[in-house]
Formats: sequence, C-alpha cells, structure tokens
Amino acid sequence: MNVFTRASLTLGILTLAAAATARTGEAATPSPSAPGVPCASDAPARITIPYTEFVLPNGLTVVLHEDHAVPLVAVDVWFHAGSGRETPGRTGFAHLFEHIMFEGSKHVKTGEFDTLLEAAGGDNNGSTNDDRTNYFEIVPSNALDLALFLESDRMGTLLDVMSDARVDQQRDVVKNERRQSYENRPYSGVYLKLPELLYPANHPYHWPTIGSMEDLTAASHEDVAGFFRSYYTPQNASLVIAGDFDTAAARRAVERWFADVPAGKTPPPISAPPAYLAAEKRVTLEDKVQLPRLMMVWLTPAIFRPGDAELDIVASILASGKNSRLYKRLVYEMQIAQDVSANQGSKALASEFSIVVTAREGHGLSEIEKVVQEEIDRIKKEPPAARELERALNGYEADLYRSLESVGSQADILNAYEVQAGRPDYANEDLARHRAIDASDIPSVARRQLPDDARVVVSIVPTGKPELAATGAAAKGGAR
Amino acid sequence: MSRVRSLIAPLVLLAWMLRAPCSGQTGPDRSAPPVPGAAPTLRLPAIQRLKLSNGVRVLLMERHKVPLADVLVVLKGGAGADPALRPGLAHLTAGLLDRGAGSRTALEVSDLEDFLGAQISAGAGWDATQIGINVPVARLSSALGLLSDLVLHPTFPPAEIERVRDEQLTEMLQWRDDPEEIAGTAFPQAVYGTHPYGRRVEGNEASVRAITRDDILRFHAARYSPSDATLVVVGDLTAATALPLLEQAFGSWKADPTARTAAPIPPAPAIASRSIILVDKPDAPQSQIWIGRVGPVRATPDYFPLLIGNTILGGSFSARLNHNLRETKGYTYGAFSVFDYRISTGPFVARAAVQTDKTGPALTEFFHELEGIRGEIPADELSRAKGYTALRFPQGFESDAQVASKIRDLDLYGLPDDYFNTYVSRIEAVTPEQVRAAVQAWIDPRNSVVVVVGDRRKIEPQIRALGLGPIRLRSIEDVLGISKKAPTKKKAPKE
Repeated sequence: MNVFTRASLTLGILTLAAAATARTGEAATPSPSAPGVPCASDAPARITIPYTEFVLPNGLTVVLHEDHAVPLVAVDVWFHAGSGRETPGRTGFAHLFEHIMFEGSKHVKTGEFDTLLEAAGGDNNGSTNDDRTNYFEIVPSNALDLALFLESDRMGTLLDVMSDARVDQQRDVVKNERRQSYENRPYSGVYLKLPELLYPANHPYHWPTIGSMEDLTAASHEDVAGFFRSYYTPQNASLVIAGDFDTAAARRAVERWFADVPAGKTPPPISAPPAYLAAEKRVTLEDKVQLPRLMMVWLTPAIFRPGDAELDIVASILASGKNSRLYKRLVYEMQIAQDVSANQGSKALASEFSIVVTAREGHGLSEIEKVVQEEIDRIKKEPPAARELERALNGYEADLYRSLESVGSQADILNAYEVQAGRPDYANEDLARHRAIDASDIPSVARRQLPDDARVVVSIVPTGKPELAATGAAAKGGAR
Repeated sequence: MSRVRSLIAPLVLLAWMLRAPCSGQTGPDRSAPPVPGAAPTLRLPAIQRLKLSNGVRVLLMERHKVPLADVLVVLKGGAGADPALRPGLAHLTAGLLDRGAGSRTALEVSDLEDFLGAQISAGAGWDATQIGINVPVARLSSALGLLSDLVLHPTFPPAEIERVRDEQLTEMLQWRDDPEEIAGTAFPQAVYGTHPYGRRVEGNEASVRAITRDDILRFHAARYSPSDATLVVVGDLTAATALPLLEQAFGSWKADPTARTAAPIPPAPAIASRSIILVDKPDAPQSQIWIGRVGPVRATPDYFPLLIGNTILGGSFSARLNHNLRETKGYTYGAFSVFDYRISTGPFVARAAVQTDKTGPALTEFFHELEGIRGEIPADELSRAKGYTALRFPQGFESDAQVASKIRDLDLYGLPDDYFNTYVSRIEAVTPEQVRAAVQAWIDPRNSVVVVVGDRRKIEPQIRALGLGPIRLRSIEDVLGISKKAPTKKKAPKE
C-alpha cells in the first residue's frame, strides 16, 4: 500500500512483530546477513561490489558505487547518532529531530525539500534507531546534483532557520506516529516497555526510540540546536551514493556541494555501562487482543562480535520455514500456535535475541513456553543437522542478493557495512563468517548466550485474562 | 585517507591528488536549487514472447544485475471470480498448493524451498491467481520442477486443508484487534454491497468454514488451466537457457476436461449518495478514516488524467491531503488517496489514521480537499505531478520481482506492447482539461461512503455535528462476521 512512512522509525526488534519467519539483523537496514553453503554442483556466484571511498577535508566519509542497471541514483546519509545519544527527559528526540530535517534549511524553504524532489521524480525518507539516523533520496540520474544540494544544505545550515513553530508542528506528527504504530496497533505496546526491562537506567538503550509522550512535549528549539551541533557534523556522518553515475563526475559534485559544510567536533565515543540480566524477569502485559503472545528476549553479543553470526543461525533453525523446530512443533504438529518467529537483532552496543509466539485460541502461554523451553534445551545439547545449517545459510545468501537489487537498498547496505565493519563491501566477509560456522559451534554458543536464568519473558494477554500468562513452572518442571 | 577499490579508481585517485586543495573554496552557489538536465530514459531489454509446445505463453526478460531469477505462473480469474457462496475459494486453494505437491509433503516442499534459498509466493488477487518462485539462478532448474508440481500436481491433503483453514480463521479472529483491518473490511462492504468486490479476497468466516475439499479440487481443475496461464520469467538468464527448462517443467501441462475460463466481473453501480459507517473501537487513540466510492476499470481512458489528479490530491508526500492533515494540522502521521485499479471497477479511497479528538476537524479537511481537487488546479501543481509520475517511473523496474509484476500487469490488463516505452509521453500529453474532467467524473465527495473506525463515545458527537449524512453504527463483530461461540451455527454476514 502506498503510504508515506516518511520519517518512519525502526527499532531493532520491531521487525519481529511483522515477520513470521524473521531472519536477522538490524531492522533499519535491509539486513544483509548470510551466506550459502553451496549445493555442490550449482553454487551461486560470489558477488563483487566495486566502490570508491574518500574523505572530504571537513571529515565527511564518502563511498561511491556505480551501477547502471536503471537510470536511478540513491543518495544515502548516515549520522552516527540515534536514540542512544538522547538523555533521560528527552527520549524520542533523535527521531523528532529526524522529522525536522525535512522541514527546510537556509536555502530550502519549508516544503521545498519535497516539492523540488517530487518535481524531479525523486522520493525520500529517513529512519532512526538506537545507533544511527539515516536519510535518503532516490532520484533519476539527472537529479543527483539536486539531491546533493538538499543534503548538503541541511547538513550545513539547518539551524539558520530553526524555530519553535517547526518543532511544534512535527511534535504533533510524531505523537500521531506513536499512536498509529504503537498505541493503536495490537501487541505493539510491548516495544515501549522492553527497553527498560532489558537495560539498566544509565544505558543508551534503556528507552524506546519513539520516546515518551511527556518527553516529546518537552522537546525545545534549544534541544534541536544542541543535538545538531553535537552529532550532525560531517565527521560524524557517512554518505553513500549508488546507481547510474560516473564516479569521477559524482566525486566532483560531492566535493563541490559539501565544500562549505563546516567541520564540527567529533563526538566522543558513546559510553555505555555493561548490559546484562542478573536474573529471569517475568512480566505480564494486558492488551486489546484476542490471542496471547509470548516473547522471550536475551541480551546477546553486539553486531560482528563472536556469537552474533551463530545466533543468526540459531534463529533460523528455530523459526524460519515449516521445518524449523519451533514452527514444526507449535504450529504444524501441535497446532497450538498461530505464528512463530526468532531473531538476532544486532546492534552496536548489545544485541537482542528474541523468540515470539502467538498462541491459538484456547491455548495459554505456559503450554507454549513448555515447548519453547524444550527446543532451547535441545539446541544447547546437540549440534543441528547438516541440512538445517544448509537451509539457513542458503536462505541468507539469497536474501543478500535480493537486498542488492535496488539502488536504495544497495546504498544503505554499503553504508551499514562501512559504519559497522569499516568497509562498504564487507558483504563477502559477512557471508564468510556465517559460512565458517560449524554445526558443533552452535550448542556452546546457545548455552552461553541463551541462559534460562538471565532473560526477559513477556506475556501479552487479552485484557482481563492474566491466567493465560506463562508461569515458567510447566517449562521447568514438565520438560523432563 | 582514501581507500579505493574499483578498477577505474587509481586514475580517479590520481586526478584527485592533482587537484588544488579544497580549503580555499568558498562553496557552491546556493542561490537557487540546481535544475536537473535532460531526463534519462529507462531502457528495458525487450520482452521476449515465447510459447511452449502445449501453447502456454511465456513472457521473458533478461536482466543480468544479480544472480537471481523470478518466475510467475499467472492464471486468469482471481478472487473476483469466486463463486458467490464460496468467497475465499481462490485464496484458500492457492494457499494450499505448497501443502503437498507431486510426491512431496508440505514439510518436504518447504525443506526444498529453503534449501534452494528460494521464496515461493502463492496467492489470489482480485484478477488473477499467481504462483511465483524467486531463486538464485544457479538453482533455477530445481526451482522450476518444484513450481510445476505446485501448479500442476497439488495433492490437497485433507489434514493440510484443515490446517490452512484454521490458520485463516485465526487470522480473521485477529482482524478484530486491528483498526486498519476492520476499516479495510467495512469499506468495501459499504461501497460494493453484494458485488464481488464487497468481500475480501480471503472471504469471511462462514465461507472459509464451508469450503470443502471437493470445492477446492473442482476449482483447481477448472481454473488452473494452461490455456488461462502465462509464465512470466525475469532474471539473470537467456531465452536459450531458460526455454528448455520451462518446457521440461510445463510443456506437458494439459487442460482438465472441466476447465473453463472465469466469467467476467460486472461493473458495480456507482455510489449515488453520502453515508457514514461508524464502527466502534472503544478507547482507540486514533480513528481510521476511509472515504471513497466505486472507481473506473483499469482500461479506462481516464487512467493517465486520474494518475495526475490523484497525485496532486493524495499520491505523494507533498500532495494536498498529506500537506494539509499532516504537515499543516498535525492530525495524523500520513494521509493519502489511491485508485485501486482492477479488471472491473475497483475502488477509489482517501485515507488516514487521525488522533481521536481531531476526528471531526480531520473529516472537514478531507472534504475540503476532495471538493477542492474538482476545481481549477494551479499549473505548478500539475507540472510537479507530471514530473513526479513520469520521472520516477524507473523505480518500478529495479528488482526482478518488480519487473515481473509489471510484465504480468501488461498482459493481464491487455495494455499495448509499447506501454512501458510510451508511458512518459502519455503523461506529458495529459491536458489540464482532461485532469479536471476525469477528477470530476470519479472523485465525488457528495456521493461517497465514509467509514470511521474509532472510539464511538468520543467521535460520534464530532461526526454528527458535521451533518455529512446518515450515520449507520456497526459493531466489529458485525463487520467481520465472526462469532467466538458456536461458530458453525453462525450464518454468513449480510452485506
């Protein structure tokens, strides 16, 4: 459906709710992920992603990737600041700020950001998560200069035209985004609660990216200025351009348009206390829903850290496809669940591994939890079959190809790899780290990263039916 | 600082090193936004029209960007042609294809799909049933064998029928929770009444319960016929390599003696008054607003004038509806409008989810814009809408799956062979008079249905105060036709 989810917001874990067979990754980037154990005779080709990278005198990192398949260009900017850079009392601010970035700058009047791009056949959007905020334009290849003009103008001069009225107007829009995407959407209220259940109060991931209504009300013009000066500097950003252009010409254009964007300060590295769960936390939330849903969440290694790739595979073995262990038992055989998903939601400071199951009518979450626990126990005990591993790896590989089909997705993936791994074409290494996983690695990683006594177990139950919540008793007592 | 990895890069690096340093530059001229030069032309490889030995038509396009292939089997006649007493039959049948086919069980089909890194999609739309597979091209041969089993030799095991039926009924139960699903059910009921487009593709609870295995077998025999089928093939392949594989997979497909093409769907009567349907969703923080009526068929000569008119009204971010309700008033996260084109008369709808306490003011702004678009449209809005729709055309041709669906539509809706190549010039040729005439014919706020799903206690007074027309109150259960207790005794909902 054609909706302007412009300035839509992505939380790492949010993809779970939608996808019955969620795979992996950071929600905001069409998640690259994984490789293929080739089926001997018909192994797919290795991919090559040629690119040019340079750094402007003001500190902006630039990556150019030519692809002439269609006459389009994607311009994709990441600022390395997301809701993790907010302070208590101003939660939701990074995302509110993202909205304000579309409202004009010194040489772009209010509304012109969209009207200029639309007249040229361009589309644009942005998204915010804990770690970063991204902005992009997809334009016909003749409009690259226009996109660079718009991006460089707001990077250089946003504050020149900032006013209370601009903040007020987008504040109302963001509050309606919160109502639409969380408050009035079944099961979504949990994503407002989960961060505080998982992280200590002084951790950057302790609050949801969308923020609280009170904090959104409190955000001021001065907050905008402070955030911009601290984090929206060229040293703290990366620009990726992918599509139908000539690299030398595009480079000249970037150098021209971004030459007058002043260098600022490089923000200090984000500091975070260690995040760990000291015990199992059980929470029951009531919602206006027909069927109860179980969520089990662990804090797991950050993106590209040891264990991260293995947990991608564990998620796939548990819940991707009809032969995955949880789907097969809960949905296919026992028919006590409507859907199952599992996901390693990888982020910069800590990741979240989650299992989500919606029960069928007439079934409570303790009954569901018992089976989930049995499968968690099993994956900690014995290595998966070779076929299970192959299915997971082949799926990851095909997903990577699919994610490289459009210039917008290409640009965002290159930017993600640049930021997270230091190289825009890290896709092959990412494939390789998954391909290197041996079945015998899986149980030890699962034992270490998915402990029974350090996790958050949320039961979302229909209003007035707390008796449907998962107690844990059946899971621990009845499993053996 | 510079890291360079492309083949041409060493020269680029050298050129860059020889340039004067940037520090002395004063910056670019920002006094006016850069004006794009001549627009690029989308150059698509030719659509190759081929035939298998049994007459099955193949539309093939080579695309060599990523090592993938996308293959669609498109069967004419979708949910719009479901029997009147069996809405949801086309959808349920398609959903069962991968639950047992040829010699494979449901789990074996899924195992092979995952092992191949393939994605199978099978479903019924309003106008066609489509079964597709997207796969790394190195594994195309195995994928086509699987696809052909799904289409030609599904086994419809009774246990799988019950599984899929229960899943569908549970999904329908969950629609109650979601205001968008409720509005998306109530709106077509109100616009179309007993016309097939008044249903949902999935049918309703009573019809899903009533469908038998015999219904499914008969439907498959009648509609899954090579004479009604088109294969759309897009990807990193050539006709020479793909055709033998397609022939092997589909060349022996023969029509069942009971095969018959779906009857055409009659046009729906136009909406000739204004009425409001209010569905109570207690404590909802927002109201779903859907306003619309019966629109034209896909083949309408008004297609391009309406494309421009609707782009101005609600088809882009800066369009009037979104600009007013979101950017000016802040009532919503987004407002938009769309013509949902089908073979017969699909709907026009203008939509938003607005905060509960602004439901009345939001409706006022909706009607202001729906009336306003019927008047004189300023030249700058017209030229922006033309630029937007014409120049963003290539965005629909990036992935193999996108291209395949474009080729499918070309075929399904009988569009001319030169349609893609003349698309831009057809937009350029649209005159202001054509836009006005088409908009006045099809966007008519005085003869429209208004569906609002929200907290009745808070919004009913706001809506009544506007005096838009008669208000009919409906419950969620009434709209969805779902009963929790003794469901088998419940009759199909009146529509």
